[in-house]
Amino acid sequence: MAEQYDILVIGAGPGGYVTAIRAAQLGFKTAVVDREHLGGICLNWGCIPTKALLRSSEIFHYLQHPKDYGLTIEGKVGFDAGAIVKRSRDVSARLSSGVGFLMKKNKIDVIWGEASIDGPGKVTVKPATKSVQGPPAPAPKGALGPGSYQAKHIIIATGARPRVLPGIEPDKKLIWTYFEAMVPKEIPKSLLVMGSGAIGMEFASFFRTLGSEVTVVELLPQILPVEDAEIAALARKRFEKQGMKIFTGAKVTKVEKGADSVTATVDDGKGGTQTIAAERLISAVGVVGNIENLGLEKLGVKTDRGTIVTDGLGRTNLPGIYAIGDVAGPPMLAHKAEHEGERCVDAIKGLHAEPLDKNKIPGCTYCHPQIASVGLTEARAKEQGLEVRVGRFPFVGNGKAIALGEPDGLVKTIFDSKTGKLLGAHMVGAEVTELIQGFVIAMNLETTEEELIHTVFPHPTLSEMMHESVLDAYGRVIHVKPLSGIHGRVRGEAWWIPALRFASAGMTRASVT
Amino acid sequence: MPINILMPALSPTMEKGNLAKWLKKEGDTVKSGDVIAEIETDKATMEVEAIDEGVLAKIVVPEGTADVPVNQLIALIAGEGEDPKSVSAAGGAAPAGAPAKAEAPKPSPAPAAPSEPAPAQQQPATTAAPQSAAKPNGGAQGQRIFASPLARRIAKEAGVEIGMIQGSGPHGRVIERDVRAAMAGGGAKAGPAAAAAPATATAPAKPPAPTAPSDAQVKALFEPGSYEEIPHDNMRRTIARRLTEARQTVPQFYLTMDCEIDALLKLREQVNAAAPKDKDGKPAWKVSVNDMAIKALAMALMRVPDANVTWTEGAMLRHKHADVGVAVALPGNGLITPIIRAAETKTLSVIANQMKDFAARAKSRKLKPEEYQGGTTAVSNLGMFGIKDFTAVINPPHSTILAVGGGEQRPVVKGGQLAVATVMSVTLSCDHRAVDGALGAQLIGAFKELIENPMGMLV
Repeated sequence: MAEQYDILVIGAGPGGYVTAIRAAQLGFKTAVVDREHLGGICLNWGCIPTKALLRSSEIFHYLQHPKDYGLTIEGKVGFDAGAIVKRSRDVSARLSSGVGFLMKKNKIDVIWGEASIDGPGKVTVKPATKSVQGPPAPAPKGALGPGSYQAKHIIIATGARPRVLPGIEPDKKLIWTYFEAMVPKEIPKSLLVMGSGAIGMEFASFFRTLGSEVTVVELLPQILPVEDAEIAALARKRFEKQGMKIFTGAKVTKVEKGADSVTATVDDGKGGTQTIAAERLISAVGVVGNIENLGLEKLGVKTDRGTIVTDGLGRTNLPGIYAIGDVAGPPMLAHKAEHEGERCVDAIKGLHAEPLDKNKIPGCTYCHPQIASVGLTEARAKEQGLEVRVGRFPFVGNGKAIALGEPDGLVKTIFDSKTGKLLGAHMVGAEVTELIQGFVIAMNLETTEEELIHTVFPHPTLSEMMHESVLDAYGRVIHVKPLSGIHGRVRGEAWWIPALRFASAGMTRASVT
Repeated sequence: MPINILMPALSPTMEKGNLAKWLKKEGDTVKSGDVIAEIETDKATMEVEAIDEGVLAKIVVPEGTADVPVNQLIALIAGEGEDPKSVSAAGGAAPAGAPAKAEAPKPSPAPAAPSEPAPAQQQPATTAAPQSAAKPNGGAQGQRIFASPLARRIAKEAGVEIGMIQGSGPHGRVIERDVRAAMAGGGAKAGPAAAAAPATATAPAKPPAPTAPSDAQVKALFEPGSYEEIPHDNMRRTIARRLTEARQTVPQFYLTMDCEIDALLKLREQVNAAAPKDKDGKPAWKVSVNDMAIKALAMALMRVPDANVTWTEGAMLRHKHADVGVAVALPGNGLITPIIRAAETKTLSVIANQMKDFAARAKSRKLKPEEYQGGTTAVSNLGMFGIKDFTAVINPPHSTILAVGGGEQRPVVKGGQLAVATVMSVTLSCDHRAVDGALGAQLIGAFKELIENPMGMLV
């Protein structure tokens, strides 16, 4: 007799395991199937291990400039690529086993293998044939094995994988995807990064900090294409200052592989052609949904451009079959997947649930400098015909940023000038990924500029810049010469005009580098 | 686990209702979609449908119970495999304000179904839930209004009363989209106020007024046993409350005019004679003088748009359409004003047929709240009772109401000569806060022009 579940989730990534926990909380008998690792790409090959890598490179960066902080280091500061990677893998392993613990505590059955849907309510799990790094991963303790399972509701949360460009197929040796880039045996002397989204820029930043000569090629006219153009331009300046070469509006047209290097032909978009030689190439040109081998075609589940079509609460065109997370379409972000999963299960339970407002999903990139944003960019707001007020505040006007030695960056806010609605917030600079949630809360609660202006932000913190940016949009910025607001648009490079005066005596004008 | 059936909210304003009738008995099998009970509200009787399946295990509130608060437990359904005899309330009645569970009133979208749903049953779940159970925000009662800052600002700038908007955010909080929807639909302007109807030949008595004598004082004036005490139904209470409010809060004045309707009567005859007949010999329409008055008033409001307004403290709401309420008397003592929406855009035959349908359903108290709430003006006609002339009480949020008397042959002076014409007297009541005397005169003048030259209504 096959096991009978209320809810069976296929895929134990951040979307899948959170969905399973929410289902268990609501009293559903729940199982989650995975073929490779609890926690999915996020915990094992994505968000988390890259943050561990970037932490190593960040500290390495500081150690290279001890004098900036009045410190001295005797001898040479170096790194051990193998040890950096090991630390990153240990972080992933620890969190992955943490997910196993959460499954157990919530009485969720873990089924190990590859799932396919035979029909409404019926799932067959077969042994996995391979894993990302080779042989199938061993099943965690207590997991159920291959077999037939039944569930009233089947939720597909199989995630996504790197997109492959024809002619530039990753070979794991010279042409990498994020899988290989995350576990380098040594740091390549030179690196070509194809694609300047979050994944591409994080690896570009990591390897550049550890000494690689990095070239980034982006098809679109700006790096970090989903970000506000002004923010992306500032980030680009920083990257170039660090020594990266960046081509935008450009395309890798051909890659020739040598013994231990690649030679890429790049159409630079201006009619010219560049030949770039590099030891390794990272292909980071987006991800595609894992919709194959699930039996979707046979069942007639509607898909569109590699993702499953759902109604906003995870429902596909077939009753009893749902999809959430990357496999259900962009934005392909772990936190989007988690929320979609929770809402999907809430709706199954009959609780009040609303589709996720994609405009209120923040996005973060953890390169140096960091980038974080939520809502509309200035360009998108104007495309929509909205009249906007834009506020800006540079890091150089913030006491805490100066104390940290992080004077580069900008907090930009965009308001609807008619209603005071916060349309978007965009940041570049130190720790902005930890700041953005404040604006996300504000947007969710539908605050206007008035509540933000009257909110007390603690001093001295970087968060004060969020406040000042709002003040600037309304012509009342304190710690810098008014940039925007009633005085109109800021011109050209003026964003970094240093403050004329600082709140505390003894603070000198920050030097503009 | 047994399924709780709670008193549903049949309209946004509903706080309590009468449990008129149980259509299922204890022990009956209930299928999804079965009508299990009838609920009587202010103005209408509504059917309650089951969403879940099972056996009606226990009727908690017997039929005929008055003033049952919304969300009170009224019955229990035993689910599959449960002994109907041994079920008891699952967690008791939900707290007021919680989304109504289990049962859905016919006219509103079905609220969420709790627990153990089959996949096929999910469609009604979710987004509709808060609306159907939401109450107006209660600003009028001086209670705290839950609304986002952005919603407040947009409402303020648009002159929309935020307390009258139903919130769809967490715990019924009014958010931006609710205000936008209210602005687009005009729902907030009119407010969910129940439309009581106003045709009264004399000023109404004022039972609920604070200065009114107590029941005991009134009864003391009569010999005990010399009268029969008839309990009020909800409609009677609503009429008393709403019209007292109108008289107390709306400064009203009255304009009377005589209209000659010989041409109108002739046209009506032609229009009705031209109606095609179906195979049973029934004409496709039968237009009444009242239908023509509805159309004329709607068109007059389009010609005098400044009179097609509603007063609010924040702003004047000038309506784009003339939504004309029509007082319909009910058997016994009672009335209701179903609304012909955008009457200026409708042909006489459409208005006639819609009124026929409204009148029939009004008499069986089956009108839906959305069919009698709101409106921009109203017509009350007592001509069929031989009433020559009367004034009617404005029914907010309307700014005007037209009292139509009976047409009769009267002597008139035409070019210095005495002649006989069919004359109908009409009296327009105006809300002086919104419509001044001259504006009211223009409106009733435009009405007279249309009534006396009725061909203008056909083009």
